[in-house]
Amino acid sequence: MQQRAEASPQTMQSTAFGARRPVVYYTDSLIKSVLFLCALVSVFTTIAILTVLLVQSYFFFKEVSLVEFLTARQWTPLFAEKHFGILPLLSGTLLTSLIALLVSVPLGLAVAIYLSEYARRPVRKVIKPFLEILAGIPTIVYGYFALLTLTPLLQKFIPHLAGFNALSPGIVMGIMILPLVTSLSEDALRAVPDSLREGGFALGASKLQVSLSIVFPSALSGIMASIILALSRAVGETMIVAIAAGNLPQLTFNPLEPVSTMTAFIVQVSQGDTPYGSLAYNTIFAVAIALFVLTFILNMISFRIRKTFLAAGGG
Amino acid sequence: MEHYKLQALRQRLYDILFQVLALVGLLMAVLVLLWLLVTVFEDGIGRLNRQFLTSFPSRRAEEAGILAGLVGSLAVVLLTILIAVPIGIGSAIYLEEYGKKNWFSRFIEINIANLAGVPSIVYGLLGLGLFVRWMQLDRSLLAGALTLSLLIMPVVIISAREALRAVPAGIREASFAMGATRWQTIWHHLLPISFPSILTGIILAVSRAIGETAPLITIGALTFVTFLPDSLHSAFTILPIQIFNWISRPQAAFHENAAAGIIVLLVITLLLNATAIYLRNRFSR
Repeated sequence: MQQRAEASPQTMQSTAFGARRPVVYYTDSLIKSVLFLCALVSVFTTIAILTVLLVQSYFFFKEVSLVEFLTARQWTPLFAEKHFGILPLLSGTLLTSLIALLVSVPLGLAVAIYLSEYARRPVRKVIKPFLEILAGIPTIVYGYFALLTLTPLLQKFIPHLAGFNALSPGIVMGIMILPLVTSLSEDALRAVPDSLREGGFALGASKLQVSLSIVFPSALSGIMASIILALSRAVGETMIVAIAAGNLPQLTFNPLEPVSTMTAFIVQVSQGDTPYGSLAYNTIFAVAIALFVLTFILNMISFRIRKTFLAAGGG
Repeated sequence: MEHYKLQALRQRLYDILFQVLALVGLLMAVLVLLWLLVTVFEDGIGRLNRQFLTSFPSRRAEEAGILAGLVGSLAVVLLTILIAVPIGIGSAIYLEEYGKKNWFSRFIEINIANLAGVPSIVYGLLGLGLFVRWMQLDRSLLAGALTLSLLIMPVVIISAREALRAVPAGIREASFAMGATRWQTIWHHLLPISFPSILTGIILAVSRAIGETAPLITIGALTFVTFLPDSLHSAFTILPIQIFNWISRPQAAFHENAAAGIIVLLVITLLLNATAIYLRNRFSR
């Protein structure tokens, strides 16, 4: 009996396997631990971001009250007479971002509807890579374009336009976020079940009627999610505004004037030789935490909307 | 009857009108892109010569070059790849193949999605606080690479996870059925199969890292560097910062330098993007 068992190839294999097994097993669990540590890096990144921002802005808020930070209407931390009201930076950020949305949302939605409802495969194969090229251009290049190409052109049509202004970087930012709006909205439109479209066609509706009055409303929450994400991207965009908007914090919603944004201010201070631990140095962390909170809220809203949209079967 | 025919005709017209409208919009975007490329090319091509590629920055525009920026960019990005890619793929493997579906993996997942949405300049401040000050790496190549690594890590993780998820479950089951352990399955089957799509994600992330300017400005990469980095602790500059510096100057001669630098930067990033798009179209379906 035993002899037979030893002779059988199966037992041989299982002995061989049994002898090897512990080594493999330990390697496997060791590797698992290493991979787990890799996954923890992202958690530590978040903790580190929060710690750095909170600690440095704690020093800032020891000298400047939160009320002044949120309500004062002037932002002059680098001047002799210092004011620390973030509202001018916020208005500049919102102004340039809204201009960007005005450019990218109508165009992006039209293209998204075209891609998802009309375009045939070969056409998509040309358009998609084009959008990816647009998304792959470094923002510094867009900044150059806004300051040295678009602004001089716009000045021919708008005589009062300042050399640095909110309009030109806003428009260029709109082109930059166009691929994001388009591809996320297209995903939302594609998630709408075909049965809804077929229902519309069965009632004799044209393609445009189906697209605009059935597919588009069904995908609306997914589209909203993509627009909010694009807004968050525009709010966090740095180099285009740092180059072309003028670094002049003004509480204005006039797109023809120079403005500054939260991101541009951080770049402006980082370029100079601001001593470590000075109030000006800590200022950029206070601005960064405002920026972080703003984009975090926008991202969260977008994430939530998309999740419920997908959970509802995209309809 | 006539009425309905007319209506159908009208709807058909609207249909065509909309398509024309969308295509005209798209065409405008294409024209803007072309316009951008053409102006940059026109402005910069005159400065793009051997001297420009092999010179350090200078107070005289016609003597300045991008050598320090170009070498600095390549060095930072190479280091970034060495740091971010293994860790990024590692966490993707853990989350996709090992992680159980519990609150912790959901938490990590949401966390990574959030990190992907954090503005790049905030990563710059993280690098400034964590690497430059707290770890006292100063304004070094290593500090820059670590900062960029954290910045592109979410992108690497997300794309590597998608690549692993796309591997059919049958492959895993077949491998397990042959008695392979999980790691053997991953190493011998899942990674080779998903390699092209993982590579695509990495190339896109690298292309992004090369173009990033703001985070390295905040950690204090220099703008006037007349030497090449020789160690991890060496000070450095990168091509986009050099370009930014030239754009910020009032003289037109420096703007030409900026445009010439942009041509070099665009060639690098567009080549990387084109490779990624090609790889994806080649290997996906």
